[in-house]
Amino acid sequence: MTKTGDIRQSRTNLDIRNGQVNLSHGSGGRAMAQLIASIFVKHLDNELLRQGNDQALFNVEAGRMVMSTDSHVITPLFFPGGDIGSLAIHGTVNDVVMSGAKPLYLSAGFILEEGYPLAELEKIVISMAAAAKQAGTAVITGDTKVVERGKGDGVFINTCGIGVVPAGVNISGNRAQAGDAIILSGSIGDHGVAIMSSRENLQFATTIISDSASLHNLVADMLDVTKDIHCLRDPTRGGLATSLNELAAQSAVGMVIEEQKIPIKSAVRAACEILGLDPLYVANEGKLVCICPAEHAASILTTMQQNPLGKNAAIIGKVISDDNHFVQMNTAFGGQRIVDWLAGEQLPRIC
Amino acid sequence: MKYIDEFREHSLAQQLANAIKQEADNNRTYRLMEFCGGHTHAIFRYGIQDLLPDNVEFIHGPGCPVCVLPMGRIDNAIELVEQHDVILCIYADLLRVPASLGKSLLKAKASGGDIRMIYSTQDALKIARDNPNREVVFFAIGFETTTPPTAVAIKQASEQGLKNFSIFCNHVLTPSAMQAILDAPEPVSIDGFLGPSHVSTIIGSQAYEIFAQHYLKPIVIAGFEPLDVMQSSLMLIRQLNTSRHQVENEYTRAVTRTGNVKAQSLMNEVFCLRDEFEWRGLGLIPKSALKLRANYAQFDAELRFQLPAIKASDVKGCECPAILRGAKRPVDCKLLGTVCTPENPMGSCMVSSEGACAAYWSYGRLRGARTNKLSA
Amino acid sequence: MCLAIPAKIIALDTSNDRATVTVDNVQVEVSLALVDDVVIGDYVLVHVGYALNKIDQDEALKTIALFAEAGLSWAS
Repeated sequence: MTKTGDIRQSRTNLDIRNGQVNLSHGSGGRAMAQLIASIFVKHLDNELLRQGNDQALFNVEAGRMVMSTDSHVITPLFFPGGDIGSLAIHGTVNDVVMSGAKPLYLSAGFILEEGYPLAELEKIVISMAAAAKQAGTAVITGDTKVVERGKGDGVFINTCGIGVVPAGVNISGNRAQAGDAIILSGSIGDHGVAIMSSRENLQFATTIISDSASLHNLVADMLDVTKDIHCLRDPTRGGLATSLNELAAQSAVGMVIEEQKIPIKSAVRAACEILGLDPLYVANEGKLVCICPAEHAASILTTMQQNPLGKNAAIIGKVISDDNHFVQMNTAFGGQRIVDWLAGEQLPRIC
Repeated sequence: MKYIDEFREHSLAQQLANAIKQEADNNRTYRLMEFCGGHTHAIFRYGIQDLLPDNVEFIHGPGCPVCVLPMGRIDNAIELVEQHDVILCIYADLLRVPASLGKSLLKAKASGGDIRMIYSTQDALKIARDNPNREVVFFAIGFETTTPPTAVAIKQASEQGLKNFSIFCNHVLTPSAMQAILDAPEPVSIDGFLGPSHVSTIIGSQAYEIFAQHYLKPIVIAGFEPLDVMQSSLMLIRQLNTSRHQVENEYTRAVTRTGNVKAQSLMNEVFCLRDEFEWRGLGLIPKSALKLRANYAQFDAELRFQLPAIKASDVKGCECPAILRGAKRPVDCKLLGTVCTPENPMGSCMVSSEGACAAYWSYGRLRGARTNKLSA
Repeated sequence: MCLAIPAKIIALDTSNDRATVTVDNVQVEVSLALVDDVVIGDYVLVHVGYALNKIDQDEALKTIALFAEAGLSWAS
């Protein structure tokens, strides 16, 4: 969105309804300026973006800042419950707010494939704009590149986000302590199953939609209860199992979770059963894991349950001391098992 | 989930566990081979061993088709992709199985091989129809459960006159594996078998009667849900306590004595027996695998691409062969957890989630850690 | 290679020998090439996109009863 030139002049001559991305849209010339003006600046519009410079200039609040970046590649680009545009906002906002921060600004880098329909691109950008607004943030700088047909997958989006951490908040993956409670904000596996259901080679139909959402309000509500939260993490790729293993390793602790306490929608369970997947490893885009001192768990939980994004929150287990750093699960069947890191990609299996 | 959740019911598990404790004779051990990887998976995933007395021991069997596939066959598949430029359609389970020289289909895909993961043989046919100028090969693998869907695809390809479609056939037969285990020069001590579950829906429980009669071993056809495994173990214990050796069927909701006759006749129409076939861990077993009949030979990728028989050796120190025979346990392998992990599998038993080593690694290590702590 | 799951037939496409089955509101298309005489409402065992066999509903209930019986014989 840099080098926009005279926006009003460039706003003509871009046939969004029938046009496609071509190499000139990434060349730095007038065509690129038109694309930026007619799609990106038009929909993501804000005062800082409108400055039209190679960078956005803004004042920072006093305090500790956090910064995070996330690249978004997803097939298909539009899926039940979201699209790559909203996902690119939610993903980075959530990475920022897992520090307890209030998200401030975002950047967006687009890598577009030659031939991608402009109308589809506009839909994605409109979705991004809505997600950014809803998260109380704004995309204030950006970049566009075009790659030749066959060298991309339609649209890739990288976003970078910054936020400011309130005083007294100290959230980090290495702070889990034996005795802490583990809270999960809602049902797992919704995003992964929604994506899989919309892939053409896996023909199954379900009403499950992605949980893709920005968790800034939920985290703010939780911090209103107490600033004494040890860890927050959003279990995206690799699912809940991977996030818990990451936290156990970072904090050098073990964990015990209760299978019966983990919320899973019946259709997600069924889809996983059909595909031979374990829902503990299926991706989420609007859930978080909170590790906090046991004495705060009940009040944090109650607050989470009053937020729409945490209404199915549950205390699913506790942190223990364990030299092996195992995440173990008491199964609903009455046995015990290890919940290990995800090995390789989660692929549908037949045996 | 109807017909699933009822068979995972916790309260009934406790009752069954109590019955097994009551009926198992403290003065003897019960060494039960669970034939299928599906059983192995259930035993570890639900922690069934935790619910049983110590003298009831499960020995993991060879019933995981990915695990018993010899490495040379994966080498062949990689050759198809790299030398013959085919589109190779595979079930995703095969992607990470180690081949010779540290290769795998996953790595062949990364190097540009056109490998497509499919969920059904119907998908492979569609890929062949959609790519008329490419050779499309389906890597057919599996026991009698997975063979009939391949037979259907071959018949459809024949009817539709699909010239660019063929299969690399690796279908194998469960009774042959059971026989090989019982006939081994140094047979493993096994008191009874939890018999194949979904395989038996196709071939019927009668396929195992000869083993009960000839080798005097009780066999209980056992479903894959955890209560099925426990109930079947109880039925085996009862047979052993009364010196019986019969084929009993716990999985009556899906298995009959004669099986699925329609599927059997389709298999017979399309496939015939190979003289012999190599199984990892069990060696060359006569009449243990299938190939396409002469009138469907035009769909045989081995003939079409003149694939050589590759004799590949397993990684040194890998105990998969002995583990597949039931002669060793995953914990007996020195590579387990040191160089062989799910991220970097050395042997097939660590790849498939039905494999004994992968199941142990994912679910069973906890028990191992507790036992070590107790003995230390 | 035997991951199979019981699913209920909710629609038949007899001309193509296919059916739509459901497990807890997840719907999948399967081939009926391996089974005869199935009707809407039947439960079938689904493996790699094929119905392998019908589930015998009476036998399923009998097996569940066996589980309970095992526990009772112990309790008595």
